[in-house]
Amino acid sequence: MLELIGVSPQMLFGQLMLGLINGAFYAVLSLGLAVIFGLLNVINFTHGAQYMMGAFVAYILLVVFGVPYWGALVLAPVIVGAVGIVIERTMLRRLYHLDHLYGLLLTFGLALIIEGLFRARYGVSGQPYPNPLPGGTNLGFMFLPTYRGWVVVASLVVCFGTWLVIERTKLGSYLRAATERPDLVQAFGINVPLMITLTYGFGVALAGFAGVLAAPIYQVSPLMGANLIIVVFAVVVIGGMGSILGAIVTGYALGIVEGLTKVFYPEASNTVIFVVMAIVLLLKPAGLFGTAK
Amino acid sequence: MTESTASPSAATGSTATSSANSSASSSAESRAASAPLLTAGRIAFLAFLALALVAPLFLYPVFLVKVLCFALFACAFNLLVGYVGLLSFGHAMFFGGASYFCGHMLKVWGWPPELAIPAAALAAGAMGLVVGALAIRRQGIYFAMVTLALAQMFYFFALQAPFTGGEDGIQAIPRTPILGVIETANDTTLYYVVLAIFTAGFLLIYRTIHSPFGQVLKAIRENEPRAISLGYAVDRYKLLAFTLSATLAGLAGATKALAFQLASLTDVAWQMSGEVVLMTLVGGMGTVFGPVVGAAVIVTMQNYLAGFGEWVLVTQGVIFVVVVLLFRRGIVGEAMAFAERRRRRREDADAAAAGEPEPAATH
Amino acid sequence: MMKRTLLAGLSAVALAAASGAAAQTEVTIGVLNDQSGLYSDLTGQGSVWAARKAIEDFDPAAHGLEVELVFADHQNKPDVGSSVARQWYDVDGVDMIVDVPTSSVALAVNELTRERNKVFLSSGAATSDLTGKACSPNTVHWTYDTWSLANGTGKAIVETGGESWFFITADYAFGHALERDTSAVVEANGGEVVGTVRHPFPGSDFSSFLLQAQASGAEIIGLANAGGDTVNTVKQAAEFGIVQSGQSLAALLMFLTDVHALGLDVAQGLIFTEAWYWDLNDANRAFAEEFAAANNGQHPTMVHAGVYSAVTHYLKAIAEVGSAEDGAAVVAAMKEMPTNDRLFGEGEIRQDGRKIHDMYLFEVKAPEESQGPWDYYTLRATIPAAEAFRPLAEGECPLVN
Repeated sequence: MLELIGVSPQMLFGQLMLGLINGAFYAVLSLGLAVIFGLLNVINFTHGAQYMMGAFVAYILLVVFGVPYWGALVLAPVIVGAVGIVIERTMLRRLYHLDHLYGLLLTFGLALIIEGLFRARYGVSGQPYPNPLPGGTNLGFMFLPTYRGWVVVASLVVCFGTWLVIERTKLGSYLRAATERPDLVQAFGINVPLMITLTYGFGVALAGFAGVLAAPIYQVSPLMGANLIIVVFAVVVIGGMGSILGAIVTGYALGIVEGLTKVFYPEASNTVIFVVMAIVLLLKPAGLFGTAK
Repeated sequence: MTESTASPSAATGSTATSSANSSASSSAESRAASAPLLTAGRIAFLAFLALALVAPLFLYPVFLVKVLCFALFACAFNLLVGYVGLLSFGHAMFFGGASYFCGHMLKVWGWPPELAIPAAALAAGAMGLVVGALAIRRQGIYFAMVTLALAQMFYFFALQAPFTGGEDGIQAIPRTPILGVIETANDTTLYYVVLAIFTAGFLLIYRTIHSPFGQVLKAIRENEPRAISLGYAVDRYKLLAFTLSATLAGLAGATKALAFQLASLTDVAWQMSGEVVLMTLVGGMGTVFGPVVGAAVIVTMQNYLAGFGEWVLVTQGVIFVVVVLLFRRGIVGEAMAFAERRRRRREDADAAAAGEPEPAATH
Repeated sequence: MMKRTLLAGLSAVALAAASGAAAQTEVTIGVLNDQSGLYSDLTGQGSVWAARKAIEDFDPAAHGLEVELVFADHQNKPDVGSSVARQWYDVDGVDMIVDVPTSSVALAVNELTRERNKVFLSSGAATSDLTGKACSPNTVHWTYDTWSLANGTGKAIVETGGESWFFITADYAFGHALERDTSAVVEANGGEVVGTVRHPFPGSDFSSFLLQAQASGAEIIGLANAGGDTVNTVKQAAEFGIVQSGQSLAALLMFLTDVHALGLDVAQGLIFTEAWYWDLNDANRAFAEEFAAANNGQHPTMVHAGVYSAVTHYLKAIAEVGSAEDGAAVVAAMKEMPTNDRLFGEGEIRQDGRKIHDMYLFEVKAPEESQGPWDYYTLRATIPAAEAFRPLAEGECPLVN
């Protein structure tokens, strides 16, 4: 199984590139989870289902309303985010005073419902979504499809844009303050519940955005989020729960680690992330970028 | 069992039962509730046992066997989450792991069930010792995540290792007679064997919860720093509880392998870890009977909705959401709370024409 | 029934009383398949419809039969499948189980059926072990198997010049079997296997494996996976320009519904083997029309057609034997009678339980060749029944001597 010697440098570059592309998805998804966990202390198990919804909304927009990819890229996250806001307002809100566990269980249940409903309506074979950017470039060591290049760029822009907003703007400082002392921030006249609602909506919208990005690459299928969510959890835990930068960097890094595993020990490529996670948690319990609370 | 627990731990045992009700209930309430509830618990258990003994007359024994296996699994899980406050998201590895071990022992090594089942449970316990030693160093969500990670690694092992049969699992596990005489091949006989195993496991858990050891576990759940400051080696208690829980989960898994003649990846997948959380939650976390009721409800539901495909998923999801939002104490927990409210109302009525009536508490 | 304890004895009486109500002419058929997962489109409710249709067309009343139909979802999990099957056999009086995609579940049902002496007709499952090591006097494997797919596709491609192969294999028993069988055919026909990569099941991103396949320089990339994995692999191969750069894809297990999900843009040019296609002749087209009318316009796959054919032949055998009680006797009767129905035409069931018929090599049409939805295949070759399945002697089936 181990073919260390048989791998050419060209091949290695190619695999690193592919790892980076997958990492781009992990980064956007884990960023959303980290934002939500940071402010709401909720492990959003629905994230995978919301990612799937993003892809489906894009598909429905195209097939039913004729909205092209670029329109969907804006509209779908807004729609998915709006659904998230409804969930937060009607259900999640009632659980904030309880153990984190209940938030996780509620969102787990919601994930089952959403996935089940989409299965009932669309089956599981998946729906095709046309590639908006066909063609590609030969990089010498590999053929890079234009669309995958776009995924990396879009992901980088969104991730670091979010990071900037949270770390470098006034709004971001309110958010961070509300994470630490919601009561104090409320006392300063800031509408913390509204902020929480919008944050959840934003985190969910990020999942929807990743879903739209994924639609042309993978089949748009109700199952697309179910297995991904566990991996993305692992990414967030490794990065340090609630750490924005940690989620982003770890997302890319683990994409690459996974890519390399696919070359050297492909059978283990679904498991390697969990091995990394176990090691990290044992050595550095708060995660690579986390600070123990 | 009723005789054995009666005398020595009447006082300690009673507080346990009622605080099991919900961590929210105040200690004053629970002390008041203690004596009658304990009796109620015993009556409930005897009633359950009586029902279980005649159940195969009315219901399909193999279905009942399935309920019992999952009930034991959920009870083992509940020991950890309900009484120590540790949410493991990887318990499938002990359940499914033991079912592989047991299947292999029965089929390939030709061991008789009386040897294979305990051996497989102990093997799961050994796994629990290792996993627990790694995981209990972390708390809360991190604990859940470490167990999940280790369980995923075990899943990978089960997929790859030659003895597990990969995707096909270990099939056609023989139902050999126990001690050479008890014919497990007969479904009804098998049911009574499984009932005996379940009862033994259940009583062990019950006994553990109501022992001084169990009291310390609950102290850890309620306030870990305080337990430490009282001089308890908290980590050792947690590890012991984890190992015990893993062993019993293994016992359930091993029994299931014998009963269903199959050990497969389903039982080690993370969804199974989620399912046992659901069962425990629906029945009532931290209640003695909750997991049994929860397992019965979920298994029955899965059984009768099997023809409706994805609607099983939707129904399960709706149950999750409704329970979390409205009935966090679970079926048994809510029933106990209801009985408690009625009892107090009656007491209040008896005690006083003076003073206003107790408002029906919404936790 | 054992009477070890009083209670066991009592329940045995109760069970006997319950089953005593069954009359001899009653037959209960259970469709057990994937109603909600990966294979629900190619089996699922379509198979239930096909079974019901077969019963209607057979006109049971005229043959003195009363046929009941039940169905359930096995969720692709062997434990769910075997517990449904157990309950069906023990409690619900089911005499025959049909369909059962997913090899692991099929093997579990196969064992149970043998134990209970009922009948199992597999249309959806792929593993050739059902008529090999695991073969049973109670089982007939109806529509296709890994060997016939590997043989049809592997041989045809090697003969037309695709000699070096690289496999992308789903890392579980079914994928391994498909790879093993195809490798054997490729090598037997003078081809060569230059490499293989095993991906976790189920996977989502296959680009890395495709790149490895590309680097191997093989002419043919064999996809030894199924369902969503195959669909995603093909889709991503198109994205990375694998086919444009001169390599060809051979899907070893592909269904009409997969092609539909992919769209012709991506799927065009794929070559694979199937047992049945709705547009082959008038009889098939008529069946497809009725099927589509009842199933939201979906068209039947070979698995659906196989269910129809299997149920039809089963009912004929029951009418002949006069009772569904003894499963082995019914299967023996099925093997004696030649098969003949409007979808699969004439054929036979071999001693090892293998149903024998022609297989077909199809190529997926380019979008401009297609007349509309579901018009997807061009027939490339017919593999005659005599060559389409694994020779009886090579299967290691204990029933064959």
